[in-house]
Amino acid sequence: MFGQIVLTRILQAIPTLLGVATLVFFLLHLVPGDPVDALLGETAMPADREALRIALHLDQPILYQYGSYLSGLFSGDWGTSLVDHRPVLERIIERVPATTQLALVSLLLAVVLALPLGYWAARHAGKSQDVAAMGFSLIGVSIPNFWLGPILMLIFAVGLGWLPVSGMDQPGSMILPAITLGTALAAILSRMARSSWLEAMSMDATRTARAFGISEQRIWWRHAARLAAVPVVTMFALQLGAVLGGAVITETVFDWPGLGLLTIEAIQRRDYPLVQGCVLIIASFYVLANLAADLLGLWLDPRQRNV
Amino acid sequence: MSKSSLKLVLFCLSLPVLVLLLALFNGLDGHAIDLDAVLTGMNSSHLLGTDALGRDVLARLSEGLQLSLSVGITVVLLGGMIGISIGMLAGWIGGWLDALLMRFADIVLSFPGILLAIALAAMLGPGVENLVLALVAVGWVGFARLSRVQVLSFKSVPFVEAAIANGSSAPYIAIRHLLPNIAAPLLIEASFGLAAVIIGEAGLSFLGVGVQPPDASLGTMIREGTRLMLVSPALVIWPGLVLFSLVMAVNLLGDALRDKLDVRMDSK
Repeated sequence: MFGQIVLTRILQAIPTLLGVATLVFFLLHLVPGDPVDALLGETAMPADREALRIALHLDQPILYQYGSYLSGLFSGDWGTSLVDHRPVLERIIERVPATTQLALVSLLLAVVLALPLGYWAARHAGKSQDVAAMGFSLIGVSIPNFWLGPILMLIFAVGLGWLPVSGMDQPGSMILPAITLGTALAAILSRMARSSWLEAMSMDATRTARAFGISEQRIWWRHAARLAAVPVVTMFALQLGAVLGGAVITETVFDWPGLGLLTIEAIQRRDYPLVQGCVLIIASFYVLANLAADLLGLWLDPRQRNV
Repeated sequence: MSKSSLKLVLFCLSLPVLVLLLALFNGLDGHAIDLDAVLTGMNSSHLLGTDALGRDVLARLSEGLQLSLSVGITVVLLGGMIGISIGMLAGWIGGWLDALLMRFADIVLSFPGILLAIALAAMLGPGVENLVLALVAVGWVGFARLSRVQVLSFKSVPFVEAAIANGSSAPYIAIRHLLPNIAAPLLIEASFGLAAVIIGEAGLSFLGVGVQPPDASLGTMIREGTRLMLVSPALVIWPGLVLFSLVMAVNLLGDALRDKLDVRMDSK
Protein backbone atom coordinates (compact mmCIF):
# COMPACT_ATOMS: atom_id res chain seq x y z
CA MET A 1 0.00 0.00 0.00
CA PHE A 2 2.68 2.45 1.09
CA GLY A 3 4.89 1.29 -1.78
CA GLN A 4 2.06 1.90 -4.21
CA ILE A 5 1.62 5.51 -3.05
CA VAL A 6 5.34 6.11 -3.32
CA LEU A 7 5.37 4.67 -6.84
CA THR A 8 2.40 6.85 -7.87
CA ARG A 9 4.15 9.99 -6.62
CA ILE A 10 7.31 9.07 -8.52
CA LEU A 11 5.35 8.43 -11.72
CA GLN A 12 3.51 11.72 -11.32
CA ALA A 13 6.82 13.57 -11.48
CA ILE A 14 7.42 12.35 -15.04
CA PRO A 15 4.75 14.46 -16.80
CA THR A 16 5.86 17.44 -14.70
CA LEU A 17 9.44 17.04 -15.90
CA LEU A 18 8.17 16.70 -19.46
CA GLY A 19 6.15 19.91 -19.04
CA VAL A 20 9.21 21.68 -17.68
CA ALA A 21 11.25 20.54 -20.69
CA THR A 22 8.50 21.75 -23.03
CA LEU A 23 8.38 25.19 -21.45
CA VAL A 24 12.17 25.43 -21.67
CA PHE A 25 12.01 24.47 -25.36
CA PHE A 26 9.60 27.30 -26.09
CA LEU A 27 11.84 29.78 -24.25
CA LEU A 28 14.07 30.02 -27.33
CA HIS A 29 11.06 30.93 -29.42
CA LEU A 30 10.30 33.89 -27.18
CA VAL A 31 13.33 35.70 -28.56
CA PRO A 32 11.71 38.49 -30.57
CA GLY A 33 12.26 38.40 -34.32
CA ASP A 34 14.81 35.96 -35.66
CA PRO A 35 17.05 34.39 -32.99
CA VAL A 36 19.81 34.26 -35.58
CA ASP A 37 19.65 38.05 -35.94
CA ALA A 38 19.73 38.43 -32.18
CA LEU A 39 22.82 36.25 -31.98
CA LEU A 40 24.86 37.42 -34.94
CA GLY A 41 23.51 40.90 -35.58
CA GLU A 42 21.88 41.85 -38.86
CA THR A 43 25.17 42.48 -40.61
CA ALA A 44 26.41 38.88 -40.41
CA MET A 45 27.44 36.96 -43.51
CA PRO A 46 24.60 34.89 -45.05
CA ALA A 47 26.71 31.72 -44.83
CA ASP A 48 27.26 32.15 -41.09
CA ARG A 49 23.58 32.82 -40.56
CA GLU A 50 22.65 29.69 -42.44
CA ALA A 51 25.15 27.60 -40.44
CA LEU A 52 23.74 28.85 -37.15
CA ARG A 53 20.19 28.30 -38.35
CA ILE A 54 21.03 24.69 -39.04
CA ALA A 55 22.94 24.31 -35.76
CA LEU A 56 19.84 25.47 -33.86
CA HIS A 57 17.55 23.37 -36.11
CA LEU A 58 15.68 26.58 -36.94
CA ASP A 59 15.44 25.49 -40.58
CA GLN A 60 13.10 22.66 -39.59
CA PRO A 61 9.36 22.78 -38.80
CA ILE A 62 8.70 23.51 -35.13
CA LEU A 63 7.22 20.10 -34.31
CA TYR A 64 10.30 18.44 -35.72
CA GLN A 65 12.47 20.78 -33.65
CA TYR A 66 10.50 19.88 -30.55
CA GLY A 67 10.74 16.16 -31.26
CA SER A 68 14.48 16.22 -31.85
CA TYR A 69 14.94 18.40 -28.76
CA LEU A 70 13.11 15.90 -26.56
CA SER A 71 14.85 12.86 -28.00
CA GLY A 72 18.14 14.71 -27.60
CA LEU A 73 17.42 15.27 -23.91
CA PHE A 74 16.93 11.55 -23.37
CA SER A 75 20.00 10.51 -25.31
CA GLY A 76 22.23 13.01 -23.52
CA ASP A 77 22.52 15.42 -26.46
CA TRP A 78 21.52 18.74 -24.90
CA GLY A 79 22.81 20.78 -27.78
CA THR A 80 26.08 22.61 -28.29
CA SER A 81 27.23 25.84 -26.72
CA LEU A 82 27.24 28.63 -29.29
CA VAL A 83 30.28 30.20 -27.67
CA ASP A 84 32.85 27.45 -27.18
CA HIS A 85 31.09 24.72 -29.21
CA ARG A 86 31.31 22.21 -26.40
CA PRO A 87 28.34 19.99 -25.52
CA VAL A 88 25.93 21.79 -23.19
CA LEU A 89 25.58 18.79 -20.91
CA GLU A 90 29.35 18.61 -20.41
CA ARG A 91 29.53 22.27 -19.42
CA ILE A 92 26.63 21.81 -17.01
CA ILE A 93 28.04 18.71 -15.34
CA GLU A 94 31.34 20.38 -14.52
CA ARG A 95 29.45 23.12 -12.66
CA VAL A 96 27.12 20.87 -10.64
CA PRO A 97 29.52 20.13 -7.74
CA ALA A 98 30.08 23.80 -6.85
CA THR A 99 26.36 24.54 -6.69
CA THR A 100 25.60 21.34 -4.79
CA GLN A 101 28.26 22.20 -2.22
CA LEU A 102 27.01 25.73 -1.77
CA ALA A 103 23.36 24.69 -1.59
CA LEU A 104 24.01 21.91 0.93
CA VAL A 105 26.07 24.09 3.25
CA SER A 106 23.47 26.86 3.05
CA LEU A 107 20.65 24.44 3.80
CA LEU A 108 22.56 23.00 6.73
CA LEU A 109 23.33 26.46 8.02
CA ALA A 110 19.68 27.48 7.71
CA VAL A 111 18.45 24.45 9.63
CA VAL A 112 21.09 24.71 12.35
CA LEU A 113 20.19 28.36 12.83
CA ALA A 114 16.42 28.15 12.40
CA LEU A 115 15.46 25.27 14.67
CA PRO A 116 17.06 26.54 17.90
CA LEU A 117 15.85 30.05 17.08
CA GLY A 118 12.30 28.83 16.46
CA TYR A 119 12.43 26.81 19.66
CA TRP A 120 13.77 29.74 21.66
CA ALA A 121 11.06 32.03 20.29
CA ALA A 122 8.30 29.50 20.97
CA ARG A 123 9.58 28.78 24.48
CA HIS A 124 9.50 32.49 25.30
CA ALA A 125 6.41 33.28 23.22
CA GLY A 126 5.27 36.86 23.63
CA LYS A 127 8.38 37.91 25.55
CA SER A 128 11.31 39.97 24.40
CA GLN A 129 13.28 36.90 23.23
CA ASP A 130 10.39 36.04 20.89
CA VAL A 131 10.27 39.59 19.54
CA ALA A 132 14.03 39.50 18.91
CA ALA A 133 13.89 36.14 17.12
CA MET A 134 10.96 37.17 14.96
CA GLY A 135 12.63 40.48 14.26
CA PHE A 136 15.59 38.58 12.88
CA SER A 137 13.20 36.49 10.84
CA LEU A 138 11.51 39.57 9.37
CA ILE A 139 14.87 41.09 8.47
CA GLY A 140 15.95 37.80 6.91
CA VAL A 141 12.94 37.57 4.59
CA SER A 142 13.08 41.23 3.63
CA ILE A 143 16.79 41.60 2.90
CA PRO A 144 17.61 41.07 -0.79
CA ASN A 145 20.47 38.56 -1.19
CA PHE A 146 22.11 40.65 -3.91
CA TRP A 147 22.55 43.34 -1.27
CA LEU A 148 23.29 41.15 1.75
CA GLY A 149 26.16 39.57 -0.24
CA PRO A 150 27.98 42.83 -1.03
CA ILE A 151 27.41 44.12 2.52
CA LEU A 152 28.91 40.96 4.07
CA MET A 153 31.77 41.25 1.60
CA LEU A 154 32.28 44.86 2.57
CA ILE A 155 32.39 44.08 6.29
CA PHE A 156 34.16 40.73 6.52
CA ALA A 157 36.34 40.66 3.41
CA VAL A 158 37.17 44.28 2.63
CA GLY A 159 36.89 45.88 6.08
CA LEU A 160 38.06 43.21 8.50
CA GLY A 161 39.93 41.10 5.96
CA TRP A 162 38.87 37.86 7.65
CA LEU A 163 37.51 36.11 4.58
CA PRO A 164 38.20 36.04 0.85
CA VAL A 165 36.12 38.42 -1.29
CA SER A 166 35.04 35.96 -3.95
CA GLY A 167 35.83 32.79 -5.89
CA MET A 168 36.04 29.33 -4.35
CA ASP A 169 39.71 28.44 -4.25
CA GLN A 170 40.66 29.85 -0.84
CA PRO A 171 39.84 28.38 2.57
CA GLY A 172 36.78 30.04 3.99
CA SER A 173 35.54 31.23 0.62
CA MET A 174 32.36 29.23 1.16
CA ILE A 175 31.36 31.10 4.32
CA LEU A 176 30.00 34.39 2.96
CA PRO A 177 28.09 32.87 0.01
CA ALA A 178 26.55 30.26 2.31
CA ILE A 179 25.39 32.92 4.79
CA THR A 180 24.01 35.02 1.95
CA LEU A 181 22.08 32.11 0.48
CA GLY A 182 21.01 30.58 3.79
CA THR A 183 19.68 33.67 5.57
CA ALA A 184 16.28 33.88 3.88
CA LEU A 185 15.64 30.18 4.40
CA ALA A 186 16.70 30.40 8.05
CA ALA A 187 14.29 33.29 8.51
CA ILE A 188 11.33 31.47 6.99
CA LEU A 189 12.08 28.18 8.73
CA SER A 190 12.51 29.72 12.17
CA ARG A 191 9.15 31.39 11.82
CA MET A 192 7.55 28.14 10.74
CA ALA A 193 9.30 26.19 13.52
CA ARG A 194 8.06 28.66 16.12
CA SER A 195 4.42 28.56 15.02
CA SER A 196 4.26 24.78 14.53
CA TRP A 197 5.99 24.16 17.85
CA LEU A 198 3.50 26.41 19.61
CA GLU A 199 0.62 24.70 17.84
CA ALA A 200 1.97 21.27 18.77
CA MET A 201 2.26 22.34 22.41
CA SER A 202 -1.46 23.05 22.52
CA MET A 203 -2.50 19.72 21.01
CA ASP A 204 -4.29 16.98 22.96
CA ALA A 205 -1.29 14.67 22.68
CA THR A 206 1.02 17.08 24.51
CA ARG A 207 -1.66 17.85 27.10
CA THR A 208 -1.99 14.14 27.78
CA ALA A 209 1.79 13.81 28.05
CA ARG A 210 1.81 16.63 30.57
CA ALA A 211 -0.98 14.93 32.56
CA PHE A 212 1.20 11.84 32.76
CA GLY A 213 3.84 13.94 34.47
CA ILE A 214 6.42 13.82 31.71
CA SER A 215 8.99 16.56 32.14
CA GLU A 216 8.43 19.80 30.25
CA GLN A 217 11.80 19.48 28.52
CA ARG A 218 10.93 16.03 27.24
CA ILE A 219 7.51 17.16 26.00
CA TRP A 220 9.07 20.00 24.04
CA TRP A 221 11.78 17.89 22.45
CA ARG A 222 10.19 14.47 22.09
CA HIS A 223 6.46 14.91 21.73
CA ALA A 224 5.91 18.39 20.34
CA ALA A 225 9.02 18.36 18.17
CA ARG A 226 7.75 15.31 16.30
CA LEU A 227 4.34 16.89 15.74
CA ALA A 228 5.90 20.13 14.61
CA ALA A 229 8.32 18.46 12.20
CA VAL A 230 5.83 17.83 9.38
CA PRO A 231 4.95 21.44 8.48
CA VAL A 232 8.60 22.43 8.90
CA VAL A 233 9.76 19.70 6.51
CA THR A 234 7.08 20.71 3.99
CA MET A 235 8.13 24.34 4.20
CA PHE A 236 11.77 23.31 3.84
CA ALA A 237 10.91 21.55 0.56
CA LEU A 238 8.85 24.44 -0.74
CA GLN A 239 11.77 26.75 -0.08
CA LEU A 240 14.30 24.58 -1.95
CA GLY A 241 13.23 26.33 -5.14
CA ALA A 242 13.99 29.68 -3.59
CA VAL A 243 17.43 28.39 -2.58
CA LEU A 244 18.16 27.15 -6.11
CA GLY A 245 16.88 30.43 -7.56
CA GLY A 246 18.82 32.39 -4.97
CA ALA A 247 21.96 30.48 -5.93
CA VAL A 248 21.83 32.16 -9.34
CA ILE A 249 22.11 35.56 -7.69
CA THR A 250 24.48 34.54 -4.87
CA GLU A 251 26.88 32.83 -7.26
CA THR A 252 26.91 35.93 -9.43
CA VAL A 253 27.67 38.17 -6.44
CA PHE A 254 30.55 36.00 -5.21
CA ASP A 255 31.81 34.74 -8.55
CA TRP A 256 31.10 31.22 -7.32
CA PRO A 257 31.62 28.92 -10.32
CA GLY A 258 28.38 26.94 -10.15
CA LEU A 259 25.30 26.48 -12.29
CA GLY A 260 23.84 29.86 -11.36
CA LEU A 261 26.88 31.75 -12.54
CA LEU A 262 26.94 29.60 -15.67
CA THR A 263 23.32 30.59 -16.35
CA ILE A 264 24.11 34.28 -16.08
CA GLU A 265 27.27 33.94 -18.19
CA ALA A 266 25.24 32.11 -20.83
CA ILE A 267 22.60 34.85 -20.77
CA GLN A 268 25.20 37.59 -21.14
CA ARG A 269 26.75 35.83 -24.13
CA ARG A 270 23.36 34.97 -25.61
CA ASP A 271 24.35 31.34 -25.61
CA TYR A 272 20.72 30.21 -25.84
CA PRO A 273 21.22 26.42 -25.89
CA LEU A 274 23.31 26.72 -22.73
CA VAL A 275 20.66 28.96 -21.09
CA GLN A 276 18.03 26.34 -21.88
CA GLY A 277 20.20 23.56 -20.47
CA CYS A 278 20.91 25.45 -17.24
CA VAL A 279 17.27 26.37 -16.65
CA LEU A 280 16.21 22.81 -17.36
CA ILE A 281 18.72 21.24 -15.00
CA ILE A 282 17.95 23.62 -12.12
CA ALA A 283 14.19 23.15 -12.56
CA SER A 284 14.64 19.37 -12.71
CA PHE A 285 16.62 19.42 -9.46
CA TYR A 286 13.76 21.38 -7.96
CA VAL A 287 11.12 18.90 -9.14
CA LEU A 288 13.15 16.00 -7.73
CA ALA A 289 13.74 17.81 -4.44
CA ASN A 290 10.00 18.38 -4.12
CA LEU A 291 9.39 14.74 -4.82
CA ALA A 292 11.87 13.74 -2.13
CA ALA A 293 10.19 16.09 0.35
CA ASP A 294 6.81 14.67 -0.57
CA LEU A 295 8.03 11.16 0.18
CA LEU A 296 9.66 12.32 3.40
CA GLY A 297 6.35 13.86 4.45
CA LEU A 298 4.58 10.56 3.75
CA TRP A 299 7.11 8.76 5.89
CA LEU A 300 6.90 11.25 8.76
CA ASP A 301 3.15 11.65 8.79
CA PRO A 302 1.15 8.48 8.14
CA ARG A 303 -2.07 10.56 7.90
CA GLN A 304 -0.96 11.86 4.50
CA ARG A 305 -0.95 8.30 3.12
CA ASN A 306 -4.73 8.14 3.04
CA VAL A 307 -5.06 10.74 0.31
CA MET B 1 -2.98 46.81 13.28
CA SER B 2 -1.26 46.86 16.63
CA LYS B 3 0.38 50.09 17.69
CA SER B 4 3.90 48.67 17.77
CA SER B 5 3.73 47.19 14.27
CA LEU B 6 2.25 50.44 12.95
CA LYS B 7 5.22 52.29 14.44
CA LEU B 8 7.57 49.81 12.80
CA VAL B 9 5.90 50.26 9.40
CA LEU B 10 6.19 54.03 9.69
CA PHE B 11 9.82 53.68 10.74
CA CYS B 12 10.57 51.47 7.71
CA LEU B 13 8.73 53.80 5.37
CA SER B 14 10.51 56.89 6.68
CA LEU B 15 13.69 56.33 4.64
CA PRO B 16 11.95 55.79 1.27
CA VAL B 17 9.61 58.72 1.91
CA LEU B 18 12.51 60.94 2.95
CA VAL B 19 14.37 60.01 -0.25
CA LEU B 20 11.37 60.87 -2.42
CA LEU B 21 10.72 64.21 -0.66
CA LEU B 22 14.34 65.36 -0.53
CA ALA B 23 14.85 64.47 -4.19
CA LEU B 24 11.72 66.43 -5.03
CA PHE B 25 12.94 69.50 -3.16
CA ASN B 26 16.43 69.21 -4.56
CA GLY B 27 15.07 68.95 -8.08
CA LEU B 28 18.28 67.51 -9.55
CA ASP B 29 18.28 65.42 -12.72
CA GLY B 30 19.50 61.88 -12.01
CA HIS B 31 20.69 61.59 -15.61
CA ALA B 32 22.85 64.73 -15.67
CA ILE B 33 26.45 63.62 -16.06
CA ASP B 34 29.07 65.82 -14.43
CA LEU B 35 32.58 64.48 -14.89
CA ASP B 36 34.02 67.27 -12.72
CA ALA B 37 32.14 65.96 -9.68
CA VAL B 38 32.68 62.20 -9.73
CA LEU B 39 32.21 60.14 -6.51
CA THR B 40 32.04 63.26 -4.37
CA GLY B 41 30.58 61.84 -1.18
CA MET B 42 27.98 63.77 0.79
CA ASN B 43 27.98 67.53 0.31
CA SER B 44 25.53 70.41 0.25
CA SER B 45 24.66 70.31 -3.44
CA HIS B 46 24.59 66.50 -3.68
CA LEU B 47 23.13 65.36 -0.35
CA LEU B 48 24.14 61.72 -0.86
CA GLY B 49 27.05 62.43 -3.18
CA THR B 50 27.50 61.43 -6.80
CA ASP B 51 28.22 58.18 -8.66
CA ALA B 52 31.05 57.30 -11.05
CA LEU B 53 29.58 59.54 -13.75
CA GLY B 54 28.94 62.44 -11.40
CA ARG B 55 25.19 61.82 -11.31
CA ASP B 56 23.27 62.75 -8.15
CA VAL B 57 22.75 59.62 -6.05
CA LEU B 58 19.68 60.98 -4.25
CA ALA B 59 17.91 61.76 -7.53
CA ARG B 60 18.73 58.31 -8.86
CA LEU B 61 17.53 56.66 -5.64
CA SER B 62 14.24 58.48 -5.99
CA GLU B 63 13.94 57.42 -9.64
CA GLY B 64 14.73 53.82 -8.74
CA LEU B 65 12.26 53.83 -5.89
CA GLN B 66 9.49 55.13 -8.12
CA LEU B 67 10.33 52.42 -10.63
CA SER B 68 10.24 49.74 -7.91
CA LEU B 69 6.81 50.91 -6.81
CA SER B 70 5.34 51.31 -10.28
CA VAL B 71 6.67 47.96 -11.52
CA GLY B 72 5.57 46.31 -8.26
CA ILE B 73 2.04 47.66 -8.40
CA THR B 74 1.65 47.04 -12.14
CA VAL B 75 2.82 43.44 -11.87
CA VAL B 76 0.62 42.67 -8.87
CA LEU B 77 -2.44 44.25 -10.54
CA LEU B 78 -1.87 42.52 -13.89
CA GLY B 79 -0.83 39.21 -12.35
CA GLY B 80 -3.74 39.44 -9.92
CA MET B 81 -6.31 40.12 -12.63
CA ILE B 82 -5.04 37.36 -14.89
CA GLY B 83 -4.53 34.88 -12.06
CA ILE B 84 -7.88 35.54 -10.39
CA SER B 85 -9.75 35.27 -13.71
CA ILE B 86 -8.04 32.00 -14.59
CA GLY B 87 -8.41 30.58 -11.09
CA MET B 88 -12.09 31.48 -10.79
CA LEU B 89 -12.80 30.14 -14.28
CA ALA B 90 -11.03 26.86 -13.51
CA GLY B 91 -12.78 26.48 -10.17
CA TRP B 92 -16.21 27.41 -11.51
CA ILE B 93 -16.24 25.40 -14.73
CA GLY B 94 -14.15 22.47 -13.52
CA GLY B 95 -13.64 19.42 -15.73
CA TRP B 96 -11.00 19.34 -18.42
CA LEU B 97 -10.52 23.10 -18.46
CA ASP B 98 -9.70 23.05 -14.76
CA ALA B 99 -7.34 20.12 -15.23
CA LEU B 100 -5.59 21.79 -18.15
CA LEU B 101 -5.17 25.19 -16.49
CA MET B 102 -3.97 23.76 -13.19
CA ARG B 103 -1.56 21.42 -14.93
CA PHE B 104 -0.07 24.46 -16.62
CA ALA B 105 0.10 26.29 -13.29
CA ASP B 106 1.90 23.29 -11.78
CA ILE B 107 4.50 23.39 -14.53
CA VAL B 108 5.14 27.10 -13.98
CA LEU B 109 5.50 26.36 -10.26
CA SER B 110 8.03 23.63 -11.03
CA PHE B 111 10.56 26.36 -11.71
CA PRO B 112 12.14 28.39 -8.96
CA GLY B 113 10.19 31.64 -9.55
CA ILE B 114 13.17 33.96 -9.85
CA LEU B 115 14.91 31.57 -12.27
CA LEU B 116 11.93 31.48 -14.65
CA ALA B 117 11.66 35.27 -14.49
CA ILE B 118 15.39 35.58 -15.25
CA ALA B 119 15.12 33.20 -18.21
CA LEU B 120 12.01 34.91 -19.60
CA ALA B 121 13.46 38.40 -19.21
CA ALA B 122 16.72 37.26 -20.81
CA MET B 123 14.94 35.75 -23.81
CA LEU B 124 12.48 38.63 -24.26
CA GLY B 125 15.31 41.14 -24.15
CA PRO B 126 16.02 44.12 -21.90
CA GLY B 127 13.53 46.86 -21.02
CA VAL B 128 10.89 47.65 -18.45
CA GLU B 129 7.97 46.22 -20.49
CA ASN B 130 9.65 42.85 -20.84
CA LEU B 131 10.62 42.92 -17.19
CA VAL B 132 6.96 43.42 -16.25
CA LEU B 133 5.93 40.67 -18.65
CA ALA B 134 8.43 38.21 -17.15
CA LEU B 135 7.35 38.98 -13.59
CA VAL B 136 3.63 38.71 -14.48
CA ALA B 137 4.27 35.36 -16.20
CA VAL B 138 5.57 34.05 -12.88
CA GLY B 139 3.31 36.01 -10.54
CA TRP B 140 -0.20 35.07 -11.77
CA VAL B 141 0.08 31.47 -10.58
CA GLY B 142 -0.27 32.14 -6.86
CA PHE B 143 -3.45 34.15 -7.43
CA ALA B 144 -4.86 31.49 -9.76
CA ARG B 145 -4.39 28.61 -7.35
CA LEU B 146 -5.68 30.56 -4.39
CA SER B 147 -8.82 31.86 -6.12
CA ARG B 148 -9.55 28.43 -7.58
CA VAL B 149 -9.52 26.79 -4.15
CA GLN B 150 -11.63 29.60 -2.72
CA VAL B 151 -14.22 29.37 -5.51
CA LEU B 152 -14.43 25.60 -5.04
CA SER B 153 -15.22 26.10 -1.36
CA PHE B 154 -17.95 28.64 -2.12
CA LYS B 155 -19.54 26.80 -5.05
CA SER B 156 -22.03 24.85 -2.97
CA VAL B 157 -22.75 27.51 -0.35
CA PRO B 158 -26.53 28.28 -0.24
CA PHE B 159 -26.34 31.91 -1.34
CA VAL B 160 -24.37 30.95 -4.43
CA GLU B 161 -26.73 28.09 -5.21
CA ALA B 162 -29.63 30.50 -4.81
CA ALA B 163 -28.01 32.89 -7.26
CA ILE B 164 -27.56 30.05 -9.77
CA ALA B 165 -31.19 28.98 -9.25
CA ASN B 166 -32.61 32.44 -9.91
CA GLY B 167 -30.77 32.52 -13.20
CA SER B 168 -27.94 34.95 -12.48
CA SER B 169 -25.22 34.82 -15.10
CA ALA B 170 -21.86 33.36 -14.18
CA PRO B 171 -19.95 36.66 -14.54
CA TYR B 172 -22.53 38.36 -12.30
CA ILE B 173 -22.17 35.68 -9.65
CA ALA B 174 -18.41 35.87 -9.90
CA ILE B 175 -18.28 39.61 -9.37
CA ARG B 176 -21.19 40.15 -6.97
CA HIS B 177 -21.09 37.01 -4.85
CA LEU B 178 -17.73 35.27 -5.12
CA LEU B 179 -15.17 38.05 -5.39
CA PRO B 180 -16.17 39.92 -2.22
CA ASN B 181 -16.04 36.67 -0.27
CA ILE B 182 -12.64 35.57 -1.49
CA ALA B 183 -11.08 39.03 -1.38
CA ALA B 184 -9.38 38.69 2.02
CA PRO B 185 -6.90 35.89 1.23
CA LEU B 186 -6.26 37.42 -2.20
CA LEU B 187 -5.39 40.72 -0.56
CA ILE B 188 -2.86 38.98 1.69
CA GLU B 189 -1.39 37.18 -1.33
CA ALA B 190 -1.18 40.55 -3.11
CA SER B 191 0.72 42.20 -0.27
CA PHE B 192 3.36 39.47 -0.02
CA GLY B 193 3.39 39.32 -3.83
CA LEU B 194 4.21 43.02 -3.92
CA ALA B 195 7.25 42.48 -1.69
CA ALA B 196 8.41 39.58 -3.88
CA VAL B 197 7.94 41.55 -7.10
CA ILE B 198 9.86 44.55 -5.75
CA ILE B 199 12.79 42.27 -4.85
CA GLY B 200 12.36 40.46 -8.18
CA GLU B 201 12.56 43.64 -10.24
CA ALA B 202 15.68 44.79 -8.43
CA GLY B 203 17.18 41.29 -8.70
CA LEU B 204 16.64 41.03 -12.45
CA SER B 205 18.00 44.54 -12.94
CA PHE B 206 20.98 43.64 -10.73
CA LEU B 207 21.69 40.69 -13.01
CA GLY B 208 21.44 42.92 -16.07
CA VAL B 209 18.28 41.46 -17.58
CA GLY B 210 15.90 44.18 -16.40
CA VAL B 211 16.19 47.95 -16.41
CA GLN B 212 19.08 49.10 -18.59
CA PRO B 213 21.49 52.00 -18.10
CA PRO B 214 21.21 54.96 -18.03
CA ASP B 215 17.83 54.41 -16.32
CA ALA B 216 18.02 53.98 -12.56
CA SER B 217 16.69 50.97 -10.72
CA LEU B 218 17.67 50.12 -7.15
CA GLY B 219 18.99 46.83 -8.58
CA THR B 220 21.22 48.44 -11.22
CA MET B 221 22.46 50.90 -8.60
CA ILE B 222 23.49 48.04 -6.32
CA ARG B 223 25.21 46.37 -9.28
CA GLU B 224 27.14 49.52 -10.15
CA GLY B 225 27.86 50.16 -6.48
CA THR B 226 29.30 46.67 -6.02
CA ARG B 227 31.94 47.39 -8.64
CA LEU B 228 33.00 50.55 -6.82
CA MET B 229 32.70 49.07 -3.36
CA LEU B 230 36.35 49.63 -2.48
CA VAL B 231 36.31 53.27 -3.53
CA SER B 232 32.90 54.36 -2.39
CA PRO B 233 30.93 51.89 -0.25
CA ALA B 234 28.04 54.37 0.12
CA LEU B 235 27.06 53.65 -3.49
CA VAL B 236 26.12 50.07 -2.63
CA ILE B 237 24.81 50.81 0.87
CA TRP B 238 22.15 53.44 0.01
CA PRO B 239 20.16 51.72 -2.75
CA GLY B 240 20.09 48.46 -0.77
CA LEU B 241 19.02 50.19 2.42
CA VAL B 242 16.16 51.94 0.60
CA LEU B 243 15.07 48.69 -1.06
CA PHE B 244 15.34 46.75 2.20
CA SER B 245 13.23 49.26 4.16
CA LEU B 246 10.57 49.35 1.47
CA VAL B 247 10.33 45.54 1.31
CA MET B 248 10.28 45.29 5.08
CA ALA B 249 7.42 47.81 5.31
CA VAL B 250 5.41 45.88 2.72
CA ASN B 251 6.08 42.57 4.51
CA LEU B 252 5.01 44.09 7.84
CA LEU B 253 1.81 45.34 6.24
CA GLY B 254 1.19 41.86 4.86
CA ASP B 255 1.74 40.32 8.31
CA ALA B 256 -0.59 42.82 9.93
CA LEU B 257 -3.22 42.21 7.24
CA ARG B 258 -2.97 38.46 7.74
CA ASP B 259 -3.28 38.71 11.52
CA LYS B 260 -6.24 41.04 11.25
CA LEU B 261 -8.13 39.03 8.65
CA ASP B 262 -7.39 35.73 10.38
CA VAL B 263 -8.75 37.05 13.66
CA ARG B 264 -12.00 37.99 11.98
CA MET B 265 -12.28 34.53 10.45
CA ASP B 266 -11.62 32.84 13.78
CA SER B 267 -14.22 34.83 15.71
CA LYS B 268 -16.84 33.90 13.07
